[in-house]
Amino acid sequence: MNARCLCFTLFVFAQSAFALPLKLWHGYRGGEELAIEQAAKRFTELTGTEVEMLAVPYDALSSKLTSAIPHQAGPDVFIFAHERLRQFHRMKIVAPSDEAFDRSQYLKPAVEALELEGKVYGYPLAMKCLALFVRADRGITAPKTTAEFEALLERFSAPEKNEFGLAYEAGDFYFHAPLLFGFGGVLFDDTGRAQFDIPAMASSLAWVKSLQDRKFMPQEVSGALVKTLFNEGRAVAVISGPWFTGEIDDGIPYSIHPLPVVSQTQLPMRPFLGVEAAFVSSRSTQSALAQSLAKFLSVGEATVARVTLGRQIPAELAAYENETIAKDSMISAFRAVAETSTPTPNTLEMAKVWEPMKLALRAVLQGGVSPQEAGALAERRYRALNRDKPAPTDPTPWIVLLGISVIAFIGWQIRAARGTSFSRRYPEATRGLAYVAPAATGLLILVVIPFVIGLSLSLFHHEAGEYTFVGLANFIDILTSKGYRITEPLSFYFTLAVTLVWTLANVVLHVSIGLFLAILLKEPLLKLRGVYRVLLIVPWAVPNYITALMWKGMFHRQFGAINAILASFGIEPVSWFTQWSTAFAANVITNTWLGFPFMMVVSLGALQSIPTDLYEAAEVDGASKWTQFRRITLPLLKPALLPAVILGSVWTFNMFNIIYLVSGGEPGGGTDILVSEAFRWAFQRNEQYGFAAAYSVLIFCVLFAWSHVTKRLSGQESA
Amino acid sequence: MSKWKMFALHAGLSVVCVATLYPVLWVVKLALSPTQTLSLSANPFPEAVTLDHFRDVLGTTDAQGRWLFGRQLLSSLVVSTATTLVGLTLAVTAAYALSRFRFPGKQSGMQVLLITQMFPATLMLVPLYSILQTLGLLDSIGGLVLVYATSSLPFCVWMLKGYFDTIPKELEEAAIMDGASPGQVFIKVVLPLARPALAVTALFSFMQAWNEFILAATLLNDATRFTLPVALQRYVGEYKTEWGHFAAGALIISAPVMALFFALQRSLVGGLTAGAVKG
Repeated sequence: MNARCLCFTLFVFAQSAFALPLKLWHGYRGGEELAIEQAAKRFTELTGTEVEMLAVPYDALSSKLTSAIPHQAGPDVFIFAHERLRQFHRMKIVAPSDEAFDRSQYLKPAVEALELEGKVYGYPLAMKCLALFVRADRGITAPKTTAEFEALLERFSAPEKNEFGLAYEAGDFYFHAPLLFGFGGVLFDDTGRAQFDIPAMASSLAWVKSLQDRKFMPQEVSGALVKTLFNEGRAVAVISGPWFTGEIDDGIPYSIHPLPVVSQTQLPMRPFLGVEAAFVSSRSTQSALAQSLAKFLSVGEATVARVTLGRQIPAELAAYENETIAKDSMISAFRAVAETSTPTPNTLEMAKVWEPMKLALRAVLQGGVSPQEAGALAERRYRALNRDKPAPTDPTPWIVLLGISVIAFIGWQIRAARGTSFSRRYPEATRGLAYVAPAATGLLILVVIPFVIGLSLSLFHHEAGEYTFVGLANFIDILTSKGYRITEPLSFYFTLAVTLVWTLANVVLHVSIGLFLAILLKEPLLKLRGVYRVLLIVPWAVPNYITALMWKGMFHRQFGAINAILASFGIEPVSWFTQWSTAFAANVITNTWLGFPFMMVVSLGALQSIPTDLYEAAEVDGASKWTQFRRITLPLLKPALLPAVILGSVWTFNMFNIIYLVSGGEPGGGTDILVSEAFRWAFQRNEQYGFAAAYSVLIFCVLFAWSHVTKRLSGQESA
Repeated sequence: MSKWKMFALHAGLSVVCVATLYPVLWVVKLALSPTQTLSLSANPFPEAVTLDHFRDVLGTTDAQGRWLFGRQLLSSLVVSTATTLVGLTLAVTAAYALSRFRFPGKQSGMQVLLITQMFPATLMLVPLYSILQTLGLLDSIGGLVLVYATSSLPFCVWMLKGYFDTIPKELEEAAIMDGASPGQVFIKVVLPLARPALAVTALFSFMQAWNEFILAATLLNDATRFTLPVALQRYVGEYKTEWGHFAAGALIISAPVMALFFALQRSLVGGLTAGAVKG
């Protein structure tokens, strides 16, 4: 008691003497992380305020911020690129910089990127944009125009030796945007809406495609491949950003240049400029202190640390007068590029561009669609993803309906119970309920209530934190496949068909492989049986997201083990994720690997329960092994196997991790199943929770129907 | 069985085992090779061996110099053990009642258990977040344990109920005749008989909590309280994956579960099917 009192007094004292620690969230790794840590440490030394850091991978950071901050669980300061600013602003999670903000301290485009309705949000830290990296040991003069560039690529490409002029991640719109602008493309029309079906789209795509067709650059380029090719001298030019300097091996000479001018249009390829800034949370309880931390991180020694340790391009002007930084050729080269580039628009419209553009780019590069048709393809996907907000509906009839059904249900229950006394019907009711109560309470609060909320969300439309009641509009849109043909990957029916094929294929493979192995392992004279069994259940023990990432690596086009095995048999490497059939197969292979041990163990248990004298009797009667299997094993296995099959089918139907992490829905969302599609609507397409919930309800309906079918199946069995 | 047949059986099983273990060996190779990138070779054995990746992962510290990996391991252990204990206690009592007693709402309760399994878990995340905030359980180990324990309840209850159904009621009646109280019957007679099913259920609860990623990554905000799967996320970026660190971390995370599996594999066969045979 005393000790507790003492602790409490100390706690109060500490609170009044020092400020609470500030929370800082960021997405940095490696040198960039070291730099920010060092700066935060300096802040603590100077002010006495602790800074608690949390590093979250960049792609997960945004959703963590948008869910944590409104619930008062977020950071005081967070570091993010400016392009989400508008979204953060609409969700009211970011506070404007205070009056002390001095624009003249920073490079102009960096401040402009953080401006919204006349106010500046956050403090600019660093800038990222694309530039041309060239090997400096090959006697190359940096190309000024695309014509010069093509001549250069011609000279250094030797496809038969696996050598290319250029390597860059052509399938990513961030990398394609400068080309689009260079060919005269304008991404947004006068009303601010994204436009795709424009001549520059076709000409820029055609140019990239021609580079690929002339073997000036490899197909399906990933960041890892770019790095390998450049380091091994098998690509003399690379388009990448400041982070690439960390990927280049020591001792390899290189130089950095602005991207060339497009010869046909005489326009420069202007890359997007991303500005990373320290933003102050609108819900920070110590906003003045948070402002001072954010400002501290953006100037002075923090900037120097960022440049020297993190190799980032500083937004602070004074940094360029620092002696070491001024001499740093990489920094000055990127500054030159940055000053001619345009900040990525921080509009909501910009966020809607990525997915359609990714689809179009990949379709063209994989040869499925001509550059001329790609714009229309992107346009269609854009319209499908950004469906119009359904008209709000009056919820009164729904509430009345709900009320009536609840009353009817209670009335029916009372009627059903009438006549028999409660205690006679349920003599052990109190004990039974007492035993169930703890579990039921937990389930009610943490499973049933979220479930009911999830169900009712499907009747709402969600946009930037606001819900509007729209009745059945979400369901109608989904079931009438509004905005796209039924045969397109985005339509509910296409996804449902894929899901069913996926579930069927997996369950059949799981059961047949599992049963087959169980029968082999049952052989009584088999030695080392225990060893085999242990080895074969290994996949079950591996967490399934690790399984998924591991197989994703194995299916890698250039560095994966599967293609290496194929190559050793003289088979051409397969690009697994560019065609529907191979991408689907990759998913199924992964899921089969992780799923067959469960069925094997269940089958083993069930086989052990079959009395051996049945087989002996059959043997005496002269029945063949196959007849024995069909007439004895299978029928007796059924009762044990059926529940496992039902359970397995429900699991597979909702197997999110494998689909999301292995194929990721490639190509073009074709291999997505219903759950992963629902996830995308909820978390990747403007947080349309209502629409996603409607998908979930439909998933639920399908599984519910399935459970009734199986109930009948097992009912017949026991009858 | 003839010698040849036996040989063929061994050969067949060995091939299957190799195919099964190949991906695991491949991860071991990544973890032991000195680079962070994938290497283009079908050979599942590393050409050069280094323990650097393991050293890096095990020795992760944060900016304050605290041993992050140690704390995260502890956090994972606490969460998984607590989930197992809480989940098993809730499941055992509920399953026993569902198997033995008649009370109102029993049938519909069983149905509800099954139905909740059919709604995609990721979509429950949004409401769950608000509920935990209301309860003051956001960003806490306790909250995570409760969520895990309840979300694995339906499966545990179904498994245990199936097993309890196979235990003859006569044993309990005999114990009552001998003067045992209902509580004693439950603890001294029923639970020991259900040991294989308890072991399997415990294994599943533990494994689910140990391996779970999405909920932990969403609900926890303090790096020192992260569970190991969330810690592993560090190495897997959208644009760059540190394959060496990832592989070493993956092996470290998988090892305890594998050890448990091997220790319990005999019960696994019995515990998993005994209940199911009865349906």
